Amino acid sequence: MKPAPFKYYAPQSVPEVLDLLNEYGYDAKVLAGGQSLVPMMNFRLVQPAVIVDINKIPELSYIEPHDKGVRLGAMVRHSQAEKDPLIKEHAPLIHETMPQIATVQIRNRGTIGGSLAHADSSAELVVVTTALDAKFKIQNQKGERLVPAAEFFVGLLTTSMESEDLLVEVQIPPMPAHSGWSLKEVARRPHDFALMGVAVILTLNKKDRCTEARMVYLSAGDGPISAPEAAKLLIGNEITPELITAAAEKAAADEIDPGSDIHATAEFRRHLANVLTRRALEEALQRAKGGN
Amino acid sequence: MENTFELSVTVNGTSYQKVIDPRTLLSDFLRNDLELTGTHVGCEHGVCGACTIILNGDPVRSCLLFAPQVHGQEIITVEGLGTVDDMHPLQEAFREAHALQCGFCTPGFLTTLVPWLEENPNPTEEEIREAVSGNLCRCTGYQHIIDAVKLAAEKMN
Ligand SMILES: Cc1cc2nc3c(=O)[nH]c(=O)nc-3n(C[C@H](O)[C@H](O)[C@H](O)COP(=O)(O)OP(=O)(O)OC[C@H]3O[C@@H](n4cnc5c(N)ncnc54)[C@H](O)[C@@H]3O)c2cc1C
Ligand code: FES
Ligand code: FES
Repeated sequence: MKPAPFKYYAPQSVPEVLDLLNEYGYDAKVLAGGQSLVPMMNFRLVQPAVIVDINKIPELSYIEPHDKGVRLGAMVRHSQAEKDPLIKEHAPLIHETMPQIATVQIRNRGTIGGSLAHADSSAELVVVTTALDAKFKIQNQKGERLVPAAEFFVGLLTTSMESEDLLVEVQIPPMPAHSGWSLKEVARRPHDFALMGVAVILTLNKKDRCTEARMVYLSAGDGPISAPEAAKLLIGNEITPELITAAAEKAAADEIDPGSDIHATAEFRRHLANVLTRRALEEALQRAKGGN
Repeated sequence: MENTFELSVTVNGTSYQKVIDPRTLLSDFLRNDLELTGTHVGCEHGVCGACTIILNGDPVRSCLLFAPQVHGQEIITVEGLGTVDDMHPLQEAFREAHALQCGFCTPGFLTTLVPWLEENPNPTEEEIREAVSGNLCRCTGYQHIIDAVKLAAEKMN
């Protein structure tokens, strides 16, 4: 279990990274926290000829207020985000997500940008940024573009980025007033990749009617899987226990597409989705009504 | 070797200069090039925690770092925590509470817990269980490790 040989570059600025990515194209891989890339290289599942280590670029590790939300540089480490007061205040769903990702040693290296660029369908940040409608700032030698989450994640371990692109920033918009959120998951051991999980955001109006509902599932298909039909059952109504049950059943039966593997069957994953959706909707509803 | 990297790094207070192949994992660099074999290698994909070292104060997996990445940085391995005659209080506690059997996992537990105890001097049992959740032990059943961490916290206060 040793990686294949590669040429190593450790550029000190973003323009230098973009030059290298432009020069080497698909032969190069960006190395961020290395917590997904290095295992794959150790197994020789990938054998990049060139490694572009972006850990020496200080300007990609910021967390700043942005449009009543926050924006994070791609090299913000999981452990940095976990402890950050701005994130706690302006992006509570992200704050609550961080400790559920892997273990402390992994969080000390793994980065927000790496987790999103890797686009693992069982990664918490992938579903949470989708639920939050986050925007991704991508740069290449020709310029810069801002891509919404819905257009960033395009399939199994795949984003809409090309080989010459670098993810530089993630923008997390604020949740509307009277919103509640929840992330629920089940893993075989705490901090393992989860067998099933769901991020929920609910928004109510002054009469406690639901104006917006989002449910996004992890480990439920090739990418983050949304459940718009289940959400429709909730929107426009006062959310009752009966509605929660109906929405959870709808999402689990009709909208997700989980696979079977040695850890769990598709049927068991649907069962988990049903139970977790109920719990997440209940918690989000409580929070939307102001009960923390 | 035409593709080489001139690495300079401080490990346990000593600075080293070595010419290496860039693909060298930090775990292999420590064990093979520096002969610091206290850092153990179990899984080489980040799951077991045996290879944990302290990089600039934080516990990280040395099997998931390429050695060139630590150029100019500071590392503490299990060898740097204490000596046979002058053990770290956590090492003493591990001995007293029988927190190891084969000992394969022990360096990873120690390097994870030493920085953690500095930040969490009065941990609860639940917090300790969370703190060791990134390290696997196939012998002890963990209970004695939890006891040792409690004992170490008492010793250090
Ligand atoms: C044992 C273990 C358990 C884990 N458990 C979980 C878990 O429960 N949940 C979870 O979400 N994750 C988990 N992870 C993964 C971890 O969160 C990783 O940190 C994360 O997936 C990848 O981030 P990274 O910074 O390490 O990226 P890297 O491994 O460095 O890179 C991953 C990929 O993204 C590309 N990339 C990285 N940064 C950029 C960028 N800025 N622009 C363009 N491309 C880029 C790389 O080229 C590579 O292809 C686990 C990892 C391990 C080893
Ligand atoms: S050898 Fe590094 S985590 Fe197992
Ligand atoms: S003491 Fe043997 S693996 Fe922990």
